[in-house]
Amino acid sequence: MMELLLDISTWILMMTGCAFLLITGVGLLRFPDIYTRIHAGGMADTLATFLIFGGLALQSGFTLVTVKLVFIVAFIFITSPTATYALAQATFIAGLKPVVDGFGDDGPDENSNTAKVKD
Amino acid sequence: MRTISLILVLFAVWLLFSGIYTPLIMGFGIASCVVVALIARRMDVIDHEGLPVQLGPKMILYWGWLMVEIVKANLDVAKCVLFPKKHLRPSLFLSKITQKSDLGRVIYANSVTLTPGTVTVDLHEDNILVHALTIGSADGVKSGEMDQKVTKVMGEE
Repeated sequence: MMELLLDISTWILMMTGCAFLLITGVGLLRFPDIYTRIHAGGMADTLATFLIFGGLALQSGFTLVTVKLVFIVAFIFITSPTATYALAQATFIAGLKPVVDGFGDDGPDENSNTAKVKD
Repeated sequence: MRTISLILVLFAVWLLFSGIYTPLIMGFGIASCVVVALIARRMDVIDHEGLPVQLGPKMILYWGWLMVEIVKANLDVAKCVLFPKKHLRPSLFLSKITQKSDLGRVIYANSVTLTPGTVTVDLHEDNILVHALTIGSADGVKSGEMDQKVTKVMGEE
C-alpha cells in the first residue's frame, strides 16, 4: 500500500515537472525577444528541477542518494541565477533593446503586434 | 574560528558523499579536509563572503519563503507562456535596494533572478536594473518586499 502511494506521488511530481519543462520549451519558441526567453528558461532551472528531483528522492527514500539529489538541487539553485545574470548582462552590454511595448490591448497597432507575439 | 567551521562543513559534506566508513578512508577524508582548509586559509578566501556562517538560521527561513515565491512565480510564467496575449507585458525598470554590503546585494540580485518572471540585468551602487515579464512580477519587485526580507536577514536595518 505504502509502495503504491509512493509510486503514485512520484508519478505526479515527475509528470508535473515534465509539463513545466514542456511549457519552458514552448515559451522559448514563443516569446518575442531574448530577455523574455530568459524568463522562460528560468522555469526549467527552478520548479521543474525541483519537482523532478523531488520525485526521484521519493523513490530513493532515506538514503545517501537522496542527500546527493538535494545537493544537486542546491547547486543548481545557486549557479543558475549567476549564469542567467551573466547572460542578461552580456545582452544588455551588447546593446540589445528589450521589446517593452505593443503587447495585447494597450499596443498602438493591435493586429500587427499580436501577430508578432504569435511568431 | 572560520577555518575550524570550514573543516567541519567540508567533513560533513564528505561524509554524506562518500558512504564508505572504514578507518583508512575516514582518515584520508579528514586529512584532505584539513589540507583544503589550510590552503583556503593561505589564499585568504575564508571571510564573511566565502563562508557566511554569520547569516545563520535566518537564511534557512528566507530560503523557505523564497521557495514559495518561486513556485508562485513559476505558475505566473507558465500562464504567460500559454496565454501570451493576455499576460505578456515585459518591462525594464530601475529599483532601489537597501542592502549596504556586497554580499546582501548579491543575495538580493540572485533572488530576483532566481524567481522566474524577473531577471536582474544590472547592479550598480544602490540601484538594480530589472527586466520583468508581467505587470504582476514587476509590481512584486517594485513593492520591495523581497528587498526588505534580505535586508532583515543580513541584519542591516
